[in-house]
Amino acid sequence: MSEQLDTATGLYGLLAEFREPEQVVAAARAARSAGYRRLDGYSPQPVEGLAEAIGHRTSKVPLLVLIGGVVGCLAGFFLQYWTMGVAYPINVGGRPLNSWPAWVPVMFELTVLVAALTAVLGMLGLNGLPMPYHPLFHVRRFEGATRNRFFLCIEARDPLFDREATAAFLERQRPLEVYEVPW
Amino acid sequence: MTTPDKALVHSSAHGPAHSPDAPPPVLGPGHTLSTVTDKISEIVLTAPPPRSWYVGLAIAFSLVMVLFWAITVLLWRGVGIWGINVPVAWGFAIVNFVWWIGIGHAGTLISAILLLLRQSWRTSINRFAEAMTLFAVSCAGLFPLLHMGRPWFFYWMMPYPNTMGLWPQFRSPLVWDVFAVSTYATVSLLFWYVGLIPDLATLRDRSRHRIGRKIYGMLAMGWRGSALHWHRYETAYLLLAGLATPLVISVHTVVSFDFAVAQVPGWHTTIFPPYFVAGAIFSGFAMVVTLAVPLRSVYGLQDFITERHLDNMAKIMLATGWIVAYGYAMEAFLGWYSGSQPEQYVLWNRLTGPYRYQYWALLTCNIAVPQLMWSRTVRRTGWMLFIVAVLINVGMWQERYIIVVTSLHREFLPSSWGMYAGTRWDWALFIGTIGLFLALLFLFLRLLPMISIFEMRTLVEEEKHGRGAHANHGHKTNPPPDDIAAEGGTAS
Repeated sequence: MSEQLDTATGLYGLLAEFREPEQVVAAARAARSAGYRRLDGYSPQPVEGLAEAIGHRTSKVPLLVLIGGVVGCLAGFFLQYWTMGVAYPINVGGRPLNSWPAWVPVMFELTVLVAALTAVLGMLGLNGLPMPYHPLFHVRRFEGATRNRFFLCIEARDPLFDREATAAFLERQRPLEVYEVPW
Repeated sequence: MTTPDKALVHSSAHGPAHSPDAPPPVLGPGHTLSTVTDKISEIVLTAPPPRSWYVGLAIAFSLVMVLFWAITVLLWRGVGIWGINVPVAWGFAIVNFVWWIGIGHAGTLISAILLLLRQSWRTSINRFAEAMTLFAVSCAGLFPLLHMGRPWFFYWMMPYPNTMGLWPQFRSPLVWDVFAVSTYATVSLLFWYVGLIPDLATLRDRSRHRIGRKIYGMLAMGWRGSALHWHRYETAYLLLAGLATPLVISVHTVVSFDFAVAQVPGWHTTIFPPYFVAGAIFSGFAMVVTLAVPLRSVYGLQDFITERHLDNMAKIMLATGWIVAYGYAMEAFLGWYSGSQPEQYVLWNRLTGPYRYQYWALLTCNIAVPQLMWSRTVRRTGWMLFIVAVLINVGMWQERYIIVVTSLHREFLPSSWGMYAGTRWDWALFIGTIGLFLALLFLFLRLLPMISIFEMRTLVEEEKHGRGAHANHGHKTNPPPDDIAAEGGTAS
């Protein structure tokens, strides 16, 4: 452990740095099978299999987007039904007021608009972003997570977490370094 | 997609060195995660802008001043300063609106449709193509707003409870257009911003300037590359692409409804939606090429925007150009086949009437000139493709001019025929929006990464492992670049 930071306030976790994406996936799998549950991987680009390796199964984003799309579509329909049929009816040669084929474009646009907003806000919300402060940013080398390095963090709130044993476990995964992450 | 190039990625050069049958690579040789990150982020963070950037921004900024001037005079004196009148009440405003919206479409096509089709070559052009979309839509949006005469009442177009007790007429394509264009602008902005988040985090971590760190840090919203976050991010990004794909088709379809739903001869035809969408993609790719060719040479990005990109874009232009040519042919055929005298006259008037020069110019620029792209040399030579692309941009502007003006100026009643020409204020506004577009683009190049860094890193990994590739041609003729050795010096 090269960077012995002030740990009087406790640790957020232990962070291992890797050079290759395959290594971090392998380390995450090993940590899962060793019984660790509170862990997360960090990488400069999406790494195939890493989310699964840390125990993430399904995402709620698609369901939210579906709901958003349906809400947008229905809102589009009833907006037009109400304004054209109820609030401001215009009789054009006796044609039906509920002229739904003419409403398809706006229904479609609102479907896409609400679904897209849900996708973005849902993704950010589930990810807990924006979050300007995070303990990991204390580790100077963590900048590599947005350039060319891959990290695995085992968090201190994990019931199995032990400063010495967990550090030793991470060292066995052949990282470049293991860092303590202070709060 | 990447496999056939694998053998070439690490070979000495792209260009004449490789065999004529194989496409050039999508990424230059010898790149690693750190080199793509550094190369792209240093354009923003450390490298002083090239002299051409200052010259370009100065010119663009002067044109923005022309835009402000034209808008100020317009608001002071009213739309009477334009050439519009009865019978041609649309004129430049709608011509420019359709032209700019169309240009924007290539950005969405590249970022969304090519993503869904797993075309990994899109990676190095999608970011600035998306930026182009946003700026083009901003320019487009100005025209209908200003055309209203009292743009400060623009919100009357939106449905909201008001003291007048009025609602928009939802059976009108013009109201559909409001929804289509505003949704398009919003979704394009979301798509662009979501794509930028990981790159903003890279800039935050690589910036050596305190203010730079703060601003990029705020924009990155604390992105830290968590695997959980990436998982949701990729899902959301893919869904956005899936939503943007039908959206982009719908936008120019709705724009074409503005014409096609009307009874005006030359407009009232079912070919309009597909022909408008194809024309939009055609002109949009022409604009991407117009921008990409100078960009890659000024910023030395030939490794990222390779001849393969130029080649592919040229092929798309060639294909969509033929769809547009089919649209012209169908328009002419249906005009004749309708048996309606005004419809038949539209065709005759376009070919021989007072606007015949514009019509022949559009046929030349949009049908004849693109045929040069059958030649591989033209497709892969920057300056030649640039000239073709600029001519297509001109041709597509002529197309919209012909559609708007020739149909309106001689409608059903010969007694109400008239002529139309733009005034200097029309031109000032049009040239001003070109300045706005370029100025925004120059600022974007200076302040944000013009190529998606994290997607380039994914591409590097794919090239290294030959992942995402089909089984054919998978010979590992060259070893992957020695990432470890290459990075050893720069790591700490």
